[in-house]
Amino acid sequence: MFVLAEGTTPLVDPTSADGVFSLLWLVIALPLLGALILLAGGPLAKGRLDRSGHLIGATLPVVSFVLSLVMFLTLLGRDAGDRQVDQHLYTWFEAGGLHVGADLLYDPLSALFLLLITGVGSLIHIYSIGYMAHDPRRTRFFGQLNLFVAAMLTLVLANNYLGVFLGWEGVGLASYLLIGFWQHKHSAASAAKKAFLVNRVGDIGFSLAIGLCFTTFGTTDFSTISANADRASEGTMTALGLLLLLAACGKSAQVPLQSWLLDAMEGPTPVSALIHAATMVTAGVYLVVRSNFVFDYAPHARTVVIIVATVTLLWGAIIGCAKDDIKKVLAGSTMSQIGYMMLGAGLGVAGYPFAIFHLLTHGFFKANMFLGAGSVMHGMDDDVDMRHYGALSKAMPVTFLTFAMGFLAIIGFPGFSGFWSKDKIIEVALTQNWFVGVLAMLGAGVTGFYMSRLMFMTFFTKQRWADDVHPHESPSVMTVPLIVLAALSVLGGLMLAGNWIVDWLEPVTGTFAHESPPLPAILISLIVVVVVAVGVVVAWYLVQQREVPREAPQDVSFATRAARAELYGNEINDGLVVRPGARLVTGLTLFDEHGVDGVVEGTVIGVGGSGAVLRLTQTGFVRSYALSLLAGALIVVVALLAVNLA
Amino acid sequence: MTPYVVLSSILFTIGCVGVLTRRNAIVVFMCVELMLNASNLALVAFSKQHGDLDGQVMAFFVMVVAAAEVVVGLAIIMTIFRTRRSASVDDASLLKY
Repeated sequence: MFVLAEGTTPLVDPTSADGVFSLLWLVIALPLLGALILLAGGPLAKGRLDRSGHLIGATLPVVSFVLSLVMFLTLLGRDAGDRQVDQHLYTWFEAGGLHVGADLLYDPLSALFLLLITGVGSLIHIYSIGYMAHDPRRTRFFGQLNLFVAAMLTLVLANNYLGVFLGWEGVGLASYLLIGFWQHKHSAASAAKKAFLVNRVGDIGFSLAIGLCFTTFGTTDFSTISANADRASEGTMTALGLLLLLAACGKSAQVPLQSWLLDAMEGPTPVSALIHAATMVTAGVYLVVRSNFVFDYAPHARTVVIIVATVTLLWGAIIGCAKDDIKKVLAGSTMSQIGYMMLGAGLGVAGYPFAIFHLLTHGFFKANMFLGAGSVMHGMDDDVDMRHYGALSKAMPVTFLTFAMGFLAIIGFPGFSGFWSKDKIIEVALTQNWFVGVLAMLGAGVTGFYMSRLMFMTFFTKQRWADDVHPHESPSVMTVPLIVLAALSVLGGLMLAGNWIVDWLEPVTGTFAHESPPLPAILISLIVVVVVAVGVVVAWYLVQQREVPREAPQDVSFATRAARAELYGNEINDGLVVRPGARLVTGLTLFDEHGVDGVVEGTVIGVGGSGAVLRLTQTGFVRSYALSLLAGALIVVVALLAVNLA
Repeated sequence: MTPYVVLSSILFTIGCVGVLTRRNAIVVFMCVELMLNASNLALVAFSKQHGDLDGQVMAFFVMVVAAAEVVVGLAIIMTIFRTRRSASVDDASLLKY
């Protein structure tokens, strides 16, 4: 039986892969193969792949999912102490003392991620067959989706930070390609660029963290670092934790690197679902939980994680309240929910399993709602403004019902998956710091408000669409994934049954002494439900009971304007980074033009001027040259005499 | 001893002034030879005084160089005279600013 002392960080100590686990590399290789076939083969086949490309693209992740499921079940059959498996593929590179292998690590944490990424990812692929049916570049789209999945799988399977970084950058590249998929739209192209650039800021943190790992531990392997973590100084660990947090902020859109997420809605809706549910934004949470051996020894870094997470969860929720674009409301809610996960991760050993639990349930219901929003847009001729919707529940019954399941899950309706996962995080937060806990509760109330507002404006209230719009239900290739995801949104909470998820993740995250919260757990749940209910009622009163204007009113309070402007996140970036940067560049240009060029041109003028003066001595008279020869000779003689006589 | 050195100095000064003041290339040339021979005289005189042959050997070298110089120098003066119909050194002043 696997027994670990309370409060100790478990070591990463895997056994060599055998049996079904020796196929671990295939999980990554299959979608990568798909990306290769579709992205490289597509142009070579000159259109002959257009009729089958999407089928190849959708099949390979499904095969990966089946493989992940088999491996998960095999792992489930093993003893808890025997649930870490690694596979050494080959030596990636060696340089001096640095030895980096292409190693994969399969443990309870990566097992759950594998299921989420390949499972939800496959559903999104299938959905995309219908959603992108009329896009002439569909083959390329599927190739990039496969690349996205393969990169994310590399990220969660790598057994050293450098491998994670490889997947990390792959995810960054794939997101750039997909956000800017409709590159003919200027807004999409610049949104892709923005996402890429903001992510680079986080990547600086990651690369510095890798460097720090190497100088401190001489390696970036998880097992060595986790074994030596207790010997490093706390200052080093804090620095490492903060650098990793910076990286996580970039990928997971946490304040202050959150500004790219809402603009990223320019991509096709399945991409948004993939970014928000199965890949990309969850990478930051994964990184923090995976680096638990760092954060366990860096309490100050954890405090910063909690602060960042709390600010983000409120920031995202506030943005969600004012946006009229259905996808941007969902994007704001993602920010907020990732904030909850980060909060869980920042709370340490007691919070890690619940961060992952919320990540999984969020993966289900957010994918469900994004795909639902895509289905709505499909029926509404790609209109995203909720003010043009209304009363769609009759026109799109399947979309409505599945979306409602996601809605009930995210606001935390008792019994639905989000209820269990969010509740647990709030409970742990209250136990450790009541202030953060209360803020998290408040965030839950705001979540109730903005999600209800979205729900009412879209599916209830009066019809506001024009007569020439004919909302219709989407084809079954799109609704079946919705139904599956809706079922998962409802039933996701089962993972908490018998504390299963906590026990399952114990070999990775460690055990903790169970502290009882300041209030009985049932009372906390009750308070959360009441707070959420208040949010829903306020939304019902403000949206359902009033006329929703088709155009957004302009004479609104400062708070609304701030929320519509994403709490001036872009303006803050502009003021703090962009404009000082521009000024710095202007200054440097001026210095270059006047300073550096001045020195160069001054030298030229000086040399030219002195040349003009000195050449006057070249008179052409041989006798004057002879005179200067004589003078030189005399000077030499006088100097010699002076030296000899002195 | 002293008369030799004095004569050598006088000859060198005459040669030097001649080079600086005369315009005719042939005369300038002769003055150069005068300076060379003045230094030869000094070399031989000092050689005699010190009682070794270094100075005399040196004087032979100077004579050989002077002979070679005469060959080249006269050839140049001849050519300049043929092209310009003048042997004045002041006229050959193409290489000026």
